Amino acid sequence: MSTTTLPADTPTPRRRQRSGAAVAGDLIGGYLPMIIATLAVVLPLVWMIISSFKSPGEIVTRELILFPADPSLAAYERASATVDFPRLFLNSFIVTAIGSGLKVILALTTAYALVFVRFPFKRIIFVAILVALMVPPQVSLLPNYVFIAGLGGTDTYWGLILPGLGTAFGTFLLRQHFLSLPKELLEAAEIDGAGHFRRLFSIVAPVSAPTIATVALVTIVTEWNEYIWPLVITNSLSMATLPVGLTRLQNSEPDPSAYAMLMAGSVLVILPVLIVFAILQRHIVAGLTQGAVK
Amino acid sequence: MAGTVEVASGDPPRSEATADDRTGTSPSRRRRFGISRRNRGDFWIFLLFALPNIVLILVFSYRPILTNFYYSTLNWVLGSPIATSAGLDNYVRFFSGDRAVEVLRTTAIFTIATVGGSIVLGLGLAVVLSRPLRGRTFARASVFAPYVLSGVGIGLVWSFIFDPTIGVMAIILRKFGAASPQWFNDPDLTLVMVIIVFIWKNVGYCAVIYIAAMTAVPNDVLEAASIDGASPVRRFFSVTLPLLSPTSFFLLMTVTLASLQAFDILRIMNPLGRGTTTLMYESYLQAFLANNQAGYSAAISSILFIVLMVLTLVQLIFVERRVHYT
Repeated sequence: MSTTTLPADTPTPRRRQRSGAAVAGDLIGGYLPMIIATLAVVLPLVWMIISSFKSPGEIVTRELILFPADPSLAAYERASATVDFPRLFLNSFIVTAIGSGLKVILALTTAYALVFVRFPFKRIIFVAILVALMVPPQVSLLPNYVFIAGLGGTDTYWGLILPGLGTAFGTFLLRQHFLSLPKELLEAAEIDGAGHFRRLFSIVAPVSAPTIATVALVTIVTEWNEYIWPLVITNSLSMATLPVGLTRLQNSEPDPSAYAMLMAGSVLVILPVLIVFAILQRHIVAGLTQGAVK
Repeated sequence: MAGTVEVASGDPPRSEATADDRTGTSPSRRRRFGISRRNRGDFWIFLLFALPNIVLILVFSYRPILTNFYYSTLNWVLGSPIATSAGLDNYVRFFSGDRAVEVLRTTAIFTIATVGGSIVLGLGLAVVLSRPLRGRTFARASVFAPYVLSGVGIGLVWSFIFDPTIGVMAIILRKFGAASPQWFNDPDLTLVMVIIVFIWKNVGYCAVIYIAAMTAVPNDVLEAASIDGASPVRRFFSVTLPLLSPTSFFLLMTVTLASLQAFDILRIMNPLGRGTTTLMYESYLQAFLANNQAGYSAAISSILFIVLMVLTLVQLIFVERRVHYT
């Protein structure tokens, strides 16, 4: 990673003099590793997409076949015949939509209450919520399973959604944002006699739209990818989410030609997030790196 | 994004003060004795707004910690109505068996390799992607992308690539006259494989955090070093890297916590866990895959929980000190 970049303020003549070395440095210490890293990420994903359009013969082969001779949706059809993919997609969609919708609302109201509503021991309550961020989810897996299964939540939407609803991450991010809002904004509304509901939904929420969008995006992506909880709380395939359905698909087909189906399934679970990420990556990166910092 | 690390450690105490000023904690403390109508209204509004979330967190995040410790003292098969008290037998059973050595060794190797790999490669990528190169925005986004993608999908894609017979890696190796390693049959190689995939998925996160921290390194310090005749390599190791040490420490902690809790890639790439059973995976295997040993599984979860909490406390104490002394 040795770099031969010139300091920004180097006079132009010198730069021109050393430009040969600088160009070589740019290539070896810059463009080459950058391209390798980008390809290392992009190629496996491209391979997944290409393979999902291949025929079983083009999958089970010892030869290098880059592109399918006759691209077809056969793998998607075969996958859908084995497990009900439209149903899995619908389940994932329902769980993600309801789960993240409720989480964002809960985060919004909790953060508002913590910042703008008078209440004793708010500081302690906030710290208690924050500490929940640090409780590793794995330790709650078995107790929550026993609890929810005992209430009859196995193979139900509420059983899938409920245990993950409490939100420390969104509350934290929104609270930090609300603290930065000018207080005149709220004082004016209070003088006008606006109640807390109106203050939240017609003043605070609209001016915080970008932060809310960030929280929503990160929540949606995490809910969509959520794996271990849906894996243990669903038995029947008709209630499984996409990642869980893929696991069952993998188990049901020991035949190597199944890789075409499995790639088709992977495309279904990966592509929606990849598209959202491509469009809104700035918000997602900001949310994930900020939230992770706590 | 540049200042996030500082914001997180430095700002809250200050903003706390403004929060109290704004919502009037101290005046309200005076007023509480003669509870005004408005305060009573606020009281109910607060409960309405915050209580559902608080209850959910209590029931599904805090309660399980206690329940889990309780389960760990039971001799109990998951699904069975009968459980007998086992005292600390489950812990003794874990630590006295051969399994413990293997699981702890796997956990240590997996964690050290993934943490080291993600941080070193992430730093390298950050150095490259901080340079004014064309297309670096796209490269940064690409490198980060796997971090947000489903571990299940990623695990399947890499299983296909690593397949020793029909996988693209084996096919390319054969072109060069080499045989593919038996990634799925040799437990040691399976561990190497899941480490590679875990690093692939997480390295972009480290890179992006490092890039953000690097933009905060003051330029004049670097210029001063270069006037003193320090080579770029020297500048990096003697100036940039020490200034990045809070970020490195932060990543060391967060990636360690993530590695100790790794699940989806392990589950998909090696369901039975031969060679790749970490503490986390062992606790899942015991309760949900093998023989439904709920009490034993809970004991392993508790051990992992204690490890994770100690690490989190170390992080908090260190960050706290850094804030006070700088």
